[in-house]
Amino acid sequence: MSGEVQAAAVLGGLQESEQLEDSGHRGGRVRRQRIGLGDWLLPVYTVLAFVFLLIPIVYTLVFSFNDSIKSNISWRGFTFDKWLNVCNVEGGAVCEAFANSIVIGLVATVIATTLGTMIAIALVRYRFRARSSISLLLFLPMATPEVVLGAGLAAQFLAVGVPKDMTTIILAHTMFCISFVVVTVKARVASLDPALEEAGRDLYGSPSQVFWRVTFPLLVPGILAAALLSFALSFDDFIITNFNSGSVSTFPKYIYISASRGIPAEANVIASAVFLFALVLVIVAQVSRAARAKRLAKLS
Amino acid sequence: MAFAAFATTEAQPQAPKRKSRIALFLLLPGILYMVLFFLTPLISLILTSLQAPNEFGDIGVYDYAFNWQNYVTVVQEYWPHILRSFGYALVATVLALAFSYPLAYFIGVKARRWPLLQSVMLVLVIAPFFISFLLRTLAWKQLLSDESFIITSLKALSLMAPDAHFTGTPAAVIFGLTYNFIPFMTLPLYTTLERLDLRYLEAGSDLYANPFTVFRKVTIPLSMPGIVAGTLLTFIPAAGDYVNASRDFLGGPDTQMMGNVIEANFLVLLNYPAAAALSIILMAAILVLVGIYVRRSGTEDLL
Repeated sequence: MSGEVQAAAVLGGLQESEQLEDSGHRGGRVRRQRIGLGDWLLPVYTVLAFVFLLIPIVYTLVFSFNDSIKSNISWRGFTFDKWLNVCNVEGGAVCEAFANSIVIGLVATVIATTLGTMIAIALVRYRFRARSSISLLLFLPMATPEVVLGAGLAAQFLAVGVPKDMTTIILAHTMFCISFVVVTVKARVASLDPALEEAGRDLYGSPSQVFWRVTFPLLVPGILAAALLSFALSFDDFIITNFNSGSVSTFPKYIYISASRGIPAEANVIASAVFLFALVLVIVAQVSRAARAKRLAKLS
Repeated sequence: MAFAAFATTEAQPQAPKRKSRIALFLLLPGILYMVLFFLTPLISLILTSLQAPNEFGDIGVYDYAFNWQNYVTVVQEYWPHILRSFGYALVATVLALAFSYPLAYFIGVKARRWPLLQSVMLVLVIAPFFISFLLRTLAWKQLLSDESFIITSLKALSLMAPDAHFTGTPAAVIFGLTYNFIPFMTLPLYTTLERLDLRYLEAGSDLYANPFTVFRKVTIPLSMPGIVAGTLLTFIPAAGDYVNASRDFLGGPDTQMMGNVIEANFLVLLNYPAAAALSIILMAAILVLVGIYVRRSGTEDLL
């Protein structure tokens, strides 16, 4: 409710300022006071909102430098030790869990991105009868709570008699990643300029040449985005993993299990390193995209 | 139907046949995968939910049956958890919407003039995704524990009773759910608000609507697709979540949700039929609620 009122107040400010610029014929004097309020309230709120969103991240980063003994709850002084000796705790249990998460994420991403991209191309480019039921089949996993997906797969593995290990985790992760890959790549396929493929055909390219030399390179940014999304989803997944992992540990599962006896600072180190790596990746992507947009603007 | 098919084959004898074969080749592996690992698990979940205990009474061994009483039993035993799940998820969704709307409005509308600022803020919105959500939730647990700076200050200021706790209460679980799903709410809101044509708002105020009326009658309806997508992306995972409500995280013995009892029944008590029945109830309730919600908000074409 308070959000609505604030947004409304700001909206008022926006309206006013634009009107004053265009045509000041509707007595801006009384309203001018509201401009001030609206113009300040929302930026201040935004800054506070970001502080709130980022507090736990900063906490996690800071406590990766804590000179803790076993559990990492109270501040005991600054040290680089945990960053330098990440794998030295509990016989390397954190690192083993982390390595498992990376392997699972990579394998699930490769399979899900391949299968999902194929489906996305077929959905946009071809008409066929079962279209709407296929779309539903791909949409439903995203609308199903993870606990149901996890329990369902676990019930199936139990019924068939498949023991839970790394493979069952990968099978589970691939399933929910496919839907997200389809959604991401579909948007890219739909926005392709058909004239480019036509040009390829006009130059006597065979269908496979046109696909691999024209269509596929144009799809790469979408496929890459989908792959990153799948990896992130798989890497951070806990709920589905918990039902299908048996005794295999992943990074989130390690945190869940050790939460009752206290998380070692080494877990913070790994999470912080992953965070910083992802942040750099996103910033590089954004900057290169902005640079490319600028170059294109200069050309035209 | 038959005639139309005939007409196309006559016009282009080769192309459609070959194309449909390519489509089949592209679709088959992925669709087969989804049938095997999404659809049949749902069916085996339904079958499991109807199983009866093994006649020799072995723990964790069940026989296929049509034991629909399982559903009655779990509702009788776990109705507080069922109500709690949907209640907490509903409150968290409303709070996340109230928190995210002004934020998304600033990023999507007010910051349009500064593309760099806009992309920096978007990175900040998704930044929480880059760090394990379990660790973020545990960070809040420490930051809001009884000995923490925030809680001791609140007690010193008499804003909180001296013997009161925050962690382990329903408020803490709702707080955690809200925090964890804010990015899921903010991003779709941003996407629709970013495309909002400001001339509609101008038209509203030109017709002498006050700012609040413009907001209510123009901005909100135009951002409805974002509101619906955001609330669904928040409500569905929140209703099934069991991390926030877990005793080792923000919850306590009286805050357990459906996810917690499904996990306990499946992984600890090995009572698979009860866990499966609860999962089916959760999924069915969500599908019904989402169906009603999407129909009433008039955004069916979103699905």
